[in-house]
Amino acid sequence: MANKRVLRVMVAKPGLDGHDRGARIIARAFRDAGFEVIYTGLHQSPEEIVEAAIQEDVDMIGLSSLAGAHNYLFPRTVELLREKGGDDIVVCGGGIFPDNDISELKASGIKEVFTPGTPLTEIIEWVQENVKPRGG
Amino acid sequence: MTSVAEKVKAGDVRTVARLIRDIDDGMPGVKKTLKELYPYTGRAHVIGITGSPGVGKSTLVDQMINHLRKKGKTVGTLAIDPTSPFSGGAILGDRVRMQRHAMDQGVYIRSMATRGHFGGLTHSTRSAIDVLDAMGKDYIIVETVGVGQDEVDVVKAAHTTIIVLVPGMGDDIQAIKAGILEIGDIFVINKSEREGTDKTLSDIRAMIEMDPDKYAKGKWKPPILKTEAVFDKGVSEFLEEIDKHWEYLKESCDGKALRKTRKKVRDELAELIKNRFIKDILNNLIKSKEFDKAVDSILNGTIDPYTACDNVMLPILGTRKK
Repeated sequence: MANKRVLRVMVAKPGLDGHDRGARIIARAFRDAGFEVIYTGLHQSPEEIVEAAIQEDVDMIGLSSLAGAHNYLFPRTVELLREKGGDDIVVCGGGIFPDNDISELKASGIKEVFTPGTPLTEIIEWVQENVKPRGG
Repeated sequence: MTSVAEKVKAGDVRTVARLIRDIDDGMPGVKKTLKELYPYTGRAHVIGITGSPGVGKSTLVDQMINHLRKKGKTVGTLAIDPTSPFSGGAILGDRVRMQRHAMDQGVYIRSMATRGHFGGLTHSTRSAIDVLDAMGKDYIIVETVGVGQDEVDVVKAAHTTIIVLVPGMGDDIQAIKAGILEIGDIFVINKSEREGTDKTLSDIRAMIEMDPDKYAKGKWKPPILKTEAVFDKGVSEFLEEIDKHWEYLKESCDGKALRKTRKKVRDELAELIKNRFIKDILNNLIKSKEFDKAVDSILNGTIDPYTACDNVMLPILGTRKK
């Protein structure tokens, strides 16, 4: 009933990657920051993630990858969002990435990349700073 | 008609998603759209799924979607999870069980957070049902937040209410308590491979048989089904009962639109008035100086809370008797 926007974010695990402890910790931290978090579960294709994000009207997608296929999965997600008219949804990534990949991911439209050791508070502050509920 | 309403009627997912967001966030503009969409509602079969946390509601819903899609029916799902009373945030995890339907254009799944609303639904659920109805979904499945004994709002929003249980949750005294077990049109004992299923079944059966109303001639007698949702066992039988209940409802209101039964319309209007009262009157009231003054008076012992309530209510109720 409170006429105010609540930030909705999706935490997604693309590809063949069974490690979701990080994703769950992030989801929990987002919850505690007051966001509504939609978790997709494991083994999602970029297509499934984008479709779900649009149905859920989220403001941000956080992609988690620890299995090395980020160079395909992350840019593909951004590309599909553009195709579906969801390019106002911010995409960021978390996981283990070689330094060289990070700049390429950013160039492909991933707004920020978080690597192991990043404090949760830093990630939350980034989200609060850079992701605004869509539609004002 | 506005372009938003037109797009909803045409089934545009982005528009529907945004409209439900606006309803959830209490945006003032939605009322106009909902008014326009109302004449296009009342077609879908609304099924409410309720039960305690962890009984398998989401998994059952996933299987229901699967079966309904095989029959060529379209499905909208509203899956509700709790909002943290501390942070206001929520983890909406029902979708995890249903995500295999993400690419299916005949399925729309939406996760919603209770945002402080009690009763098992969100304040926006009814309007969201209308949106999915106007969008043209054949079935709308509403999965409540995991409930205990008393969250019975779903029965007002749904045509058919399903209570999902698991074996061994309590003895026969639990089964005769008031509340949630009274509202079931269909009972499902999920995880029925576990020990105690037959005992739970006989407890529920005994409870139903003690209710003379449910045994009256021509009345609906709630069936009790066993399922193992994870293995898709018993789900098609369960869906047959849902369709039977729909037929029963149609016969019992002479083929009139089910949505327009007097009871449904009363409930719906009362709910809208209640929401409006909270939003426009109560929320302003508790922000007012008078309210704070009343709190101070109670704290320093000059007044009791009952008198304070009368005093605060007086200007609202006008000259009418309190």
